[in-house]
Amino acid sequence: MAEKEEKGEDGQVAEIEKKITEAFEVFDRESNKTVDVREIGCIVRSLGCFPTEAEVQELLEKIEVEEPGGFVHLEHFLPVMTKVLLDRRFRPIPEDVILHAFEALDENKCGYITKDDLVKHLTEGGEPFTQEEMEDMLAVALDPVTDTLHYRDYRTKLIVDETKTFPFNV
Amino acid sequence: ISAWFCSCPPAFKAAVLIQQWYRRHVARLEMRRRCTWRIFQSIEYSCEQDQIKLHNFFSYLMDQFTPSSSKERDFISRMFISGESYKEAELEKYCDYETIEVPDSYTGPHLSFPLLPDHATALLEAFQQKQQLHARYVLNLLHETRKHLKQLPNISHVSTCYSEEITVCGDLHGQLDDLFLIFYKNGLPSPSKSYVFNGDFVDRGKQSLEILVILFTFLLIYPKEVHLNRGNHEDHMVNLRYGFCAGLSVHGKKILRMFQNVFCWLPLATLIDQKVLIIHGGISDTTDLDMLEKIQRNRFVSVLRLKKRKESSGKPQIQAINGESESGTDAAPRLSLQPQSAQAPSTANRLEFSRWLRQTVQEQIDTCRRLVDISESEPEELTYSSMVDSETELYFLSELCQSFQVLDILWSDPMPQEGCRENKVRGGGCYFGPDVTERFLEKYSLQFLIRSHECKQEGYEFCHSRKVLTIFSASNYYEIGSNRGAYVKLGPDLIPHFVQYQANKTAHLLTMTQRISRVEESAFRALREKLFAHTSALISAFKSYDRDNTGKIALSNWATAVESVLRLGLPWRMLRPQLVRSAEDGMLEYKSWLDDLAMEQRSQEHIQSSLLEVIYRNRSNLETIFRIIDRDHSGLISFEEFQQTWKLFSSHMNIELTDDGINDLVRSIDFNKDGNIDFNEFLEAFRLVRQGPSDDTCFPAGVPLLW
Repeated sequence: MAEKEEKGEDGQVAEIEKKITEAFEVFDRESNKTVDVREIGCIVRSLGCFPTEAEVQELLEKIEVEEPGGFVHLEHFLPVMTKVLLDRRFRPIPEDVILHAFEALDENKCGYITKDDLVKHLTEGGEPFTQEEMEDMLAVALDPVTDTLHYRDYRTKLIVDETKTFPFNV
Repeated sequence: ISAWFCSCPPAFKAAVLIQQWYRRHVARLEMRRRCTWRIFQSIEYSCEQDQIKLHNFFSYLMDQFTPSSSKERDFISRMFISGESYKEAELEKYCDYETIEVPDSYTGPHLSFPLLPDHATALLEAFQQKQQLHARYVLNLLHETRKHLKQLPNISHVSTCYSEEITVCGDLHGQLDDLFLIFYKNGLPSPSKSYVFNGDFVDRGKQSLEILVILFTFLLIYPKEVHLNRGNHEDHMVNLRYGFCAGLSVHGKKILRMFQNVFCWLPLATLIDQKVLIIHGGISDTTDLDMLEKIQRNRFVSVLRLKKRKESSGKPQIQAINGESESGTDAAPRLSLQPQSAQAPSTANRLEFSRWLRQTVQEQIDTCRRLVDISESEPEELTYSSMVDSETELYFLSELCQSFQVLDILWSDPMPQEGCRENKVRGGGCYFGPDVTERFLEKYSLQFLIRSHECKQEGYEFCHSRKVLTIFSASNYYEIGSNRGAYVKLGPDLIPHFVQYQANKTAHLLTMTQRISRVEESAFRALREKLFAHTSALISAFKSYDRDNTGKIALSNWATAVESVLRLGLPWRMLRPQLVRSAEDGMLEYKSWLDDLAMEQRSQEHIQSSLLEVIYRNRSNLETIFRIIDRDHSGLISFEEFQQTWKLFSSHMNIELTDDGINDLVRSIDFNKDGNIDFNEFLEAFRLVRQGPSDDTCFPAGVPLLW
């Protein structure tokens, strides 16, 4: 993030807080500075972070969640999230790391993964995808003729999309 | 966590990484989707606000403009009397259809009355093949529709015991494909299939006329099963603005007149089993169903055309322009334009009115007082005895109350917060909270409300603890892929069942990413247009952050500045990457940024750029005004009329322009020298603006001056 020197710490923090507030308000359906707790993961990710589900949970434990209904107030979210951004936690996954990850699932090192293997790994291993998540990914990623995922192409495609809309150079 | 993670097998770790990365991607998409939605909605509602500004412009004219010549007087009165009322006989004569001949060469459907199901089928097939219905039949249909609507009450009562299921549809906005989809999926109206269409049949979409023809046809064939509610777009002023008037043919004038006189007769609400109320917009804390049942709904040709004013003495005076009168005699209760010379209502109406008045006097006083906010007046003034003397004034007050009743029904939106406040975003109606809903439902022993008026991504949405249901039937409303449409079915148990659809096949095939991108592109194009239209104001705002005149502004300040000018309430920092291509050191060179925006938007013509900017910003208002002037809807207005209008408009908007500026402008339009302007071309020229080569007129004129 490149802010001018003279702005200093305070300026940086203020700007971060504004960004967080904006992202928060996009999900604030009732315009009352609260969001559904289930949207927190989405908000954190759209601020440029790449947390795992476990890390999102960890974060939520630090934030007070109001019952009933499971709502999170902006005033509780803001300090926690500001620290996350200042500490530069949950950094983006570098391109080569993702490539290696796909390669790890490609046992025969042929440059692609079959649909069945992909489904097995991602719905049974790691932090399993829901059926909906899996279907959505397959819809874009899979080559319908061969039912395989050519991961280099897929990764490139998504990365281009990302850089176009990555709002924060944090 | 990390220690445990390292001890996992590689496949597991890989899965975690991929999932992590993918979930980030999905979250970004979701954010983009929501931001896009926000953009469209904020622009749409700010347009509706413009509508109110426009009508304030007319009021301003009424206040300020003292016609010096008869010509000018004519001109002004023409602008305002376009909603003039017609007595029955006049209407028949003026909008007659019998003299219109249908040529042998006409291959479209023929209608004869009374209508039969075959006619409906023929129409559906014809419209599917992009044929048109001959003007004679359109007019005939409109006359018959009007006759039918006149005998309907303000609130239609429907029962589920006659037709097991009732289907309720929301806004269609001229999107014929959606109506076809609904009929395809749900079946045509019939004795065993009831429908309620909840307003906003017209405007925006290209096939408003076809939709009206189909709906009116079914209305006449199955009067017990088909019910129409009026929406805020079934309103003359709104039609002029949103383009319903464009594209009507030779007999367009007659047809348009008839529409005015049909729309005002549309019922205001539908009540199912006395338990579910269907209205187009919503309610307010003063909505009174009993009053709504009693008012003469046809008087409100355009609910936007009224204005409340207070004289310096503090006593309220009301000017209202209403639609057609009921009485066949000469003394129609038409209110004049000048406050002083307000005419007394006709004898017949006066008696009727007094009778009604005596029945509900105190209630009316309280309601009117609340609505009109006459807190400045002495309470004693508003006793019954004082009103007997100023019955005329009370008449106007009551007119106002009634107008507000209708306005609220057609324009209001629900809000999550409690209470009831003015709907400043739309410029009409209220925002009503869950407490208002609760009280209203209790007062009239209702179970829930169904309304439309707002576009919803899934075609429907509940709020106020499922007591208010919004149903919206125009899919892809903002752009292909922007939203689904839906309709709701209610059986005797009154449990809603929803059916969703999207009228464009390709929308299904597009992936979520592609759909979002497409809609997003559209949204940002609209947003860039808006930014361009406010160039001068933006420069001023940026300069206030750039005291040292470096030509740069910090990105963080950019967001604040833009919001202060545009006031759209958008998350500018989230939207920035799509709007600002490059910034060094977190600083933006705003001049070149605005130039880039302008590059997309300029005209070929050598038109003075500040004028261009102004026109661009106001083009939809101008369009509306021009359409009013062009009374025969031919697309031509005289040069003089153009000049006059522009003068009035610019003086109201405080735009400084020389006559030369106007003349240059007009000359640059290729109009034939017979003194007529093809204003469609004129407006088109400003819609698609492209940059001419070279020179200083590259910049909005404001820029060189400031630099």
